[in-house]
Amino acid sequence: MDILVWFIPLPPLLAFFAIVLYSNPRKALSHSIAIGGALLSWLMGMIVFIAAITRPDLRAHPIGSVINWLPVANGWFQIGVRIDPLSAVVLFFVVWTVLGIFLYSVGYQNFGQPAGEHDHPGLPPEGAAIRVRKGLTHHVMSIEPLYSRFFALISLFAFAMLLLVVSDNLLTLYIGWEIMGFCSYALIGFWYGKKSARDAAIKAFLTTRVGDMFLFIGLIALYVQTGSLSYAGSLESSAALAKLAAPAGFLGLTWAGLIGILIFIGVVGKSAQFPLHVWLPDAMEGPTPVSAMIHAATMVSAGVYLAIRIFPLVTLGWQQGAPITAAMTVMAAIGTFTALFAASIAVTQNDIKRVLAYSTISQLGFMIAALGVGAYVAAVFHLMTHAFFKGLLFLGSGSVIHGMEHGAMHAQGDQPAEGHPTGEHVDPQDMFNMGGLKDRMPITFWTFLAGGMALSGLPLVTAGFWSKDEILAGAFNGNHLLIFIVLAISALLTAFYTMRQITLTFLGQPRTEAARHAQENTRTMTIPLIVLAVFAVAAGWVGIPRSFPGLGAISSNPLESFVGTMIPAWLEGHADVAGSSIPLLTSLLVSLLGLYVGYMVYRKVDAGAEDPLRRPLGAWYAWAQNRYGIDALYHTLFVRPAVWLSEVFTYQILDKKIIDGILEGIARGTLGLGSLMRRFIDVALVNRAGDLTGSGVRGLGGEMRKAQTGKVQQYMLLAVLLTVLVGAVLFFILVRA
Amino acid sequence: MQSATPFLSLILFIPTVAALLLLFVPSNERGVIKWGAFIASLLPLALTILMWMQFSPNAVTGRFQFEEIAYWYPAIGASYHLGIDGISLTMIFLTTLLVPLGILASFSLTERVKGFMILFLLLETGMLGVFMALDLMLFFVFWEAGLVPMYFLISQWGGKNRNYASLKFILYTMGGSLGLLLAIQMIGVTTKSYDYLQWLGNWRTLDAVARPLFGLPVSTVKSIAFWAFVVAFAVKVPIWPFHTWLPDAHTEAPTAGSMILAGVMLKLGAYGFLRLVLPLFPVQSKEYAPALAVLATLAIILGALGAFGQDDFKRLVAYSSINHMGFVVLGIAAAAAAAGTDNALLAMNGAVLQMFNHGLYAAGMFFLVGVIYDRAHTRDLNAFGGLWRLLPIYGTVLMFMSMASLGLPGLNGFVSEFLVVRGAWPVFIAATTISMIGVFFTGAYTLKALWKVLQGPLNVHWVGHLTEMTTRELVVVAPLMALILVIGIWPAWILDVINKTVMTLF
Repeated sequence: MDILVWFIPLPPLLAFFAIVLYSNPRKALSHSIAIGGALLSWLMGMIVFIAAITRPDLRAHPIGSVINWLPVANGWFQIGVRIDPLSAVVLFFVVWTVLGIFLYSVGYQNFGQPAGEHDHPGLPPEGAAIRVRKGLTHHVMSIEPLYSRFFALISLFAFAMLLLVVSDNLLTLYIGWEIMGFCSYALIGFWYGKKSARDAAIKAFLTTRVGDMFLFIGLIALYVQTGSLSYAGSLESSAALAKLAAPAGFLGLTWAGLIGILIFIGVVGKSAQFPLHVWLPDAMEGPTPVSAMIHAATMVSAGVYLAIRIFPLVTLGWQQGAPITAAMTVMAAIGTFTALFAASIAVTQNDIKRVLAYSTISQLGFMIAALGVGAYVAAVFHLMTHAFFKGLLFLGSGSVIHGMEHGAMHAQGDQPAEGHPTGEHVDPQDMFNMGGLKDRMPITFWTFLAGGMALSGLPLVTAGFWSKDEILAGAFNGNHLLIFIVLAISALLTAFYTMRQITLTFLGQPRTEAARHAQENTRTMTIPLIVLAVFAVAAGWVGIPRSFPGLGAISSNPLESFVGTMIPAWLEGHADVAGSSIPLLTSLLVSLLGLYVGYMVYRKVDAGAEDPLRRPLGAWYAWAQNRYGIDALYHTLFVRPAVWLSEVFTYQILDKKIIDGILEGIARGTLGLGSLMRRFIDVALVNRAGDLTGSGVRGLGGEMRKAQTGKVQQYMLLAVLLTVLVGAVLFFILVRA
Repeated sequence: MQSATPFLSLILFIPTVAALLLLFVPSNERGVIKWGAFIASLLPLALTILMWMQFSPNAVTGRFQFEEIAYWYPAIGASYHLGIDGISLTMIFLTTLLVPLGILASFSLTERVKGFMILFLLLETGMLGVFMALDLMLFFVFWEAGLVPMYFLISQWGGKNRNYASLKFILYTMGGSLGLLLAIQMIGVTTKSYDYLQWLGNWRTLDAVARPLFGLPVSTVKSIAFWAFVVAFAVKVPIWPFHTWLPDAHTEAPTAGSMILAGVMLKLGAYGFLRLVLPLFPVQSKEYAPALAVLATLAIILGALGAFGQDDFKRLVAYSSINHMGFVVLGIAAAAAAAGTDNALLAMNGAVLQMFNHGLYAAGMFFLVGVIYDRAHTRDLNAFGGLWRLLPIYGTVLMFMSMASLGLPGLNGFVSEFLVVRGAWPVFIAATTISMIGVFFTGAYTLKALWKVLQGPLNVHWVGHLTEMTTRELVVVAPLMALILVIGIWPAWILDVINKTVMTLF
């Protein structure tokens, strides 16, 4: 079993190489290899997961092993794999969502459809015309031109995510983290021919890189301080923690606090927390399965996973009930603010995927806030349930978009064979173009509803309710009243924008022809939806608090007793206290209220009508819809100065003017000196005797002048002169010695 | 440790012999010349691999292996003395690997092929000699001998501005080496020998002798010699602010010339620091290490910014070398400052591995720039756009190489940068932390090249004018890509050799 863990990430990696090097031209083979790889990882992952939950005291005896990897000085840097309660939970949801998304991609990328005659690699397929009758064609969806490449890249991504999960140390975690970052870049920019996709890819890569630099320094500092990067050696051993408790001499932080904050900044980048959140909404330029996998279920979750891993660092020295540490304060503040901030933007977005993107940012904020107030299990719980329901929602939105595109083509009807298709062009992602899809796409509707209800925290039946309730309870019981109130408002907004989305998309009447002709998708797309919908509802049942009225009596809260063992020793005794009923009532209230208001406001939106909220909210609405102007601000504050600094300051001023200017000045000076010497020494003194030499030098100079284009002859003279000078010095020294 | 086969001399002079033989081949027999040069350059590579297999990293008897010593210039106490340790072995491997690839890359050359190949092979001997020499006179001869072929390669086969660039290159480097010659002479006269092993014994401990040298206190003389060495090597690496010759020379050089310049010649400078400056001047090195660290940080940051500011593809890659070599210098500075600690060992390991790694991906990047230049006859980044659609294989290879250069974990650059930063951080906390700004901009300029060339709307001007990479071109990059990946995933095989040598250095 210990060896099996090593093999979990490998099949997708092999699939990546097999597709790139071999099966690239064969589309069916490529997706078979990719899905086969994902299936193998899923199988091994499930075997390991079952072994993990059945092993008594997994915390003390995790599954895994280590090998020597890097020779360092007198020893080896070891890397290894480890499945402990935390990684077991993450492994579980990762293998399920990955497998589902792989399968879904087959349908989403239009496998089995003809190639479009106007399609090009690097651009989204525009559809193909098939002849129906003489002279008439009908437009259908066309297959993605880079179909194989897509499966290669998502396989590489799956490898990196699984590597991150099974790692027993922060270095291989970082390796997986960065490879995922690359895959995210390559997949956001998958349609690289689109300017917007390219720009989004660059933005994602560079914004997360800001965080990664801090993370990298944090890891180095941790390695230096503890002599190890393994979880056991650097985060869990009492010897290491004792060293980390020492003051770092920087802002009054301990080493643990400083390193914790540095690593947390990496999390801020990866999990798109304020102020590094700007890349995630733009990342929706990628194909929708990518948004589901990378930007909802796995990669952004990896950020939170890391934040959970470093929990011992940020909480070192904190006791239950005492004021939270500096690092925890940072996390709580950023998480809470992000939760509200992103939720308020989500309310104003019209693009079905962007709503979900801001929602993801907001929900990740909930998790970070939970960690900030010390609610460890709640964070893990919400991480898991969110991966399921948000993955589901993204896939559902992809299904809607796909159905809308189909509807748009169908609505055009039969066209003359010549010329481009005509007819209305509707944005298939704008929710105001939808409506009434409930009847056209029933499976998508019901599964989306399940996901949406989980996101809103519909009481009792959905997973999101249980995990969000835990977070609110954590904030309330820890006496963090402000955090509690802000998170409650965010939850209210969450329920509201979710219902807005569902109502605009699925309920009411179709607002465009495309929506009227939208069609349910193939089974490869709907089956993953159904599977994830089951988890979106049922995943919450593993964490029902024992203290919950009624249901608590029959719940053993297996999640708490499983993951709770990971809580550092100094925080024991926190688990599952029967607190006040206020957080529970709040959860109930905000969820139901948000859903109700959302439905009431949006149930009757006519075609072409503007958002009913626009008028009452006025300028604030426009401001929020424009992301509070933060993107533009960053452009002015960071991007443009950076370009000036590199193009003008470093290159033009520093290198060209100053440094080369000094060099040329020296050259000019020596040239002047040389000609002075020639005039007053050579010509005047040596004169006739030096005639021969003089003409030689002149000849040489003339020759060189021919070869030069600029001022380089001065260098030559400089060198000659220097040689003479140094030779003289040398001679002097040698004679003296 | 003496070896039965004179591996080193064979590796060193096979290229020279091949160059001499090529002299007798008629100039219009281009095929014979190209293939002859290529095959001749494979022999040193094969011998190097054989030698690597016989090399024992654990050897305890003497630090140098495959030593050869012969009568050369007894009047001044210089001899033909060769020998290698793990650091030189790695560098020799890099050289003998890149030369055949450079020759293969130059198969597209049509003008004066004969002269080009002869110079290229002579260049190989010059560079290899520096890595092998254990006699300082010999070291200096090879040091200068490598410059001349490179000067002609740039000035004869270079781009538009080749005269300016080649002259700036040779004068700057020679100007730097004047001090080197002076210092070598000075130490030679003092110790009555030019043998490196002797110097290790008696020059380092010279402080004990109270006798003044040349009428000056020993410490002053040592400082002068130290600075003479440092300036020579600093120009070569190049260390900021001695770097402005590099973008000119690299940009104007022919493709294979740039591959070798960036791949091997820059390493000569860093090798000089490792072989001469640190072991011979431990006290001065330690004293001035903080200044070196500051310069390294400046190189990392300003090199990256300089690269980001370019619109010429090749110039961008050239500036990236300054940025990447900054890490080598940072590692060296940390090793000098913290000599004797684990930090120093880690930093030094990282520096040497970074030298090797940079050799791989810098050569690869210059080659890929050459591939596109051969077809488009322009290097202006703004003239490209969306080319991935036309050149899917080229695009993928370029993406791979760029990611290696960016230090993506899983590829080679990350391992060495990690080691350097791990070693340097506790020694120079501020400098190392600030150099992360440079690492960020490494990402920015790498992506800039990619987005300008491969991504974005297709520049339709190129439709039908660009052809995909040929098999020959793929053969050139394939070994580089394989090594980049192997070192990224399993660095132990090469790092073990480096590590064990580094441990004997202190």
